[in-house]
Formats: sequence, C-alpha cells, structure tokens
Amino acid sequence: MELTLSILLGFMIIGALFSLHAKDLLSAVIACGIVGYSLVICFLLLRAPDLAIVQIVVETITLIIMVAVVLNSTREELKVKIDTRQIINISLALLFIVVLFFFFIQATDMLNPFGEHTLRMASAYVGETAAKTGSANLVTGIVFDFRGYDTLGEATVLFTAALGVLTILRLKGKK
Amino acid sequence: MKGMSIIVKKVAQLIAGFVFLYGIYIIAHGHLTPGGGFAGGALLAGAYILSILAYGSDYLKLKEEQTESSLSESISILLILMLAVAGMLMGIKVFFNNFLPKGTIGELISAGAIPLYNIFIGIEVASALLTIFLALIIYKEEIEE
Amino acid sequence: MTVNILCFILFLVGLYGLITRRNLVKIVISLSIMEFSLFIFLELVGYIDGGIAPIITGQDANAVYVDPLPQAMILTAIVIGLATTAMLMAIAIRLYRKYKTFDIREIKNLKG
Repeated sequence: MELTLSILLGFMIIGALFSLHAKDLLSAVIACGIVGYSLVICFLLLRAPDLAIVQIVVETITLIIMVAVVLNSTREELKVKIDTRQIINISLALLFIVVLFFFFIQATDMLNPFGEHTLRMASAYVGETAAKTGSANLVTGIVFDFRGYDTLGEATVLFTAALGVLTILRLKGKK
Repeated sequence: MKGMSIIVKKVAQLIAGFVFLYGIYIIAHGHLTPGGGFAGGALLAGAYILSILAYGSDYLKLKEEQTESSLSESISILLILMLAVAGMLMGIKVFFNNFLPKGTIGELISAGAIPLYNIFIGIEVASALLTIFLALIIYKEEIEE
Repeated sequence: MTVNILCFILFLVGLYGLITRRNLVKIVISLSIMEFSLFIFLELVGYIDGGIAPIITGQDANAVYVDPLPQAMILTAIVIGLATTAMLMAIAIRLYRKYKTFDIREIKNLKG
C-alpha cells in the first residue's frame, strides 16, 4: 500500500516538474493534468470514492478552461535569461525549502505512523453520524449536518467567484 | 462559436443525455452511495459544456443562457439559506437543524433534509460552473468581432 | 513516513514554481499543484489500515471505517479550488488582452 502510493507520488512529482519546465504552454497545462488524474487514483487507494468522483470531473473542467485560455494566446514559453534577479529568486526558493523542510520533519514526528488512527474525533463521528442524521453515506451526513456552515461558506465562495469572473470578463457595459 | 464535425456531433448527441442522467442519479442517491451534490452538479455542468462545445451556439443565445444560469445560481443559494432558517424556526433553535423525519437508514427517502440540501447544492454548483464557462466563451466571441 | 515526505516534496515543487516562474499560466499551475499536495496530505492523516470507505451497508456490524472528517473537508476544498483557478485564469486572460504578454515582469514595467 505504502509502496504503491510512493510510486504514484513520485510520478506526480515528475509530472509537476515537467509541467513547470515545459517549453510550450499547452504541454504544461496538459502535464498539470497528469498530477490531477494521479490524485484520483490516490483517492481510490485511500478509500475515498466521493473525492475520486468529484476530482475526476473537476479536473476535466479545469483542463477545458485552461486549454481555452492558452489556445488563442502566445504559447511559447518566455526566454529565461540567467541574470542576478533570477539567481536571487532561486537561492531564495532553496532557502525557503530548507527551512520549511526542517519544520515539516519536526511537525510530522508527532503524527502516528502511516495507516494508524490519528484523529481522536474520528470515532465519535463514525459512531454517531448514522444514528443522528440517518444518512448511510457518512461524508454527506457530516457535510450537510454537522458542518453545515462549512458548506454554506463554500457555496458563497463559489457564488462570489462566478460573480468575479462575470465582472472581470465583461467588455461591453450595460446600457 | 462554430460547432465541430458531424462525428463529434453524433457522439455528443449519444453521450450527453447519459452524462446528464448519471449526474441526476448521483445527486438523488447522495446520502446512500458515494457522490452527492458537488460531484453530481459538476457532472451536470459537464454535460452542458459537452453539448455546447460540440454543437456550437450563436452570441445572443449564449447571452440568454448566461442570464438564466446566473439566475438559477442566485435562487439555489437563497433556497439553501431558507432551508437552514426553516430548521431554526422548527424544533430546537439551531441553524442547519435537520427537522424532517429521519426514516430508516438505506432507503431512498430518508435522512431528513439532507437530500434537499443535496439537490440545491447540485443546482448551485452546476449553474456556477456553467456561468464561468459561458463567461469565457462570450469573452472569446466578443474579441473576435 | 516516506509518503508524508514525498507529499511535502510535491508541495515544495509547487512553491519553487511559484517563486521562480514568470509566466502567469505557470504560476496558476504551481498554485494548483500546492493545492493537490495538501489534499493528499489531509487524506493520508485520515487513513486507517484495513479500513473501508465510510458508507454504512449494514452487513458487517464492527467494520473499521476510514476517518470521514478529512474527506468532508477536502470535498469542499476541491470545488473551491476549481472556482479560484477559474477566477485566476480570467484575470490572466484579461491581462493578456491589455499587455499582449503573460510575462509578469513586463506587465510590471508597463504600468498604466
């Protein structure tokens, strides 16, 4: 299990690196799809079918939007000259990475090893959701009953994003 | 926006209906099987996007569809809020109270208000994604003029 | 432990792209890569060995279920990620129309 996940994650890292270094913007966008669709397989391996269904549809729609944006614009990648600013940026990135890695190692030491129970809330949720909400799918029960505010906030964010896109992309004003 | 070739049109005609039906199934069985409002709503939007991309559409029709989809988006988020407030007025005074009878676990009509929330969230997600897509398409049309 | 570290390396790849790339589309791509790594890390925290998907079928009374709370969190986060990506792409295409380039340094130089 852990080995399969490691191989998939390595595949995702290679896809992400290729996507960031691709010469053509269209191939960069499609290589980003490698990462998204591998995520679907990871969700299936980690016993989360709800997330797998959502992710596979959402990734397709994201790809459609990104390809629609990239297709009619300049597709070739900018020429990267190695100047002082680029060197400063890369060294800054490496510094960030080392510092963050140190703190990540310290933080994950407190977690239980992979595949063991980590959150104490889980048993309460698993035990009581079905009896209190009457929903056989525990995830739906949590999303719409115990964490209703979360869902309301999500719907508001979606509404605001749609309004923002409408506002940004309007060329002709209303008379 | 122009449509695609006749092969694409025929395949889209055969498939789009099934995708739409599958989206409705996923929304309606959200409290029993994997899925729910989010996945089903994205599938419904995907069926619309497939048929628009395959068949093409003219500018005025797209504008009309955009008005309708943003209207249904606003109405569905209002319905979610009203359902939550209705839970507060009935029974114990809690926002998002599940006030309808629960039924037995595993039946299609059970889990109180959760199927209703599922349906409204599904409409909300579908119309929001459709609005974003239509805004992009209309922008491209206006540039080409 | 290796899975956690690999997951964090994916996050770092996204951070590296965010700092060093200058193309607007690639910046959006690196943001979504960071998002993906966060989803998978939260999902790894909730995984239990030998657990089954959190859907009650009524056949096995004492089955072990995977933790449903991180899944409920990620479910909303995925859809929000799509909305923010679409909004960022809309801003990018609008900037492209005004300045005819995706390069953020040139956009910064050509103020007004």
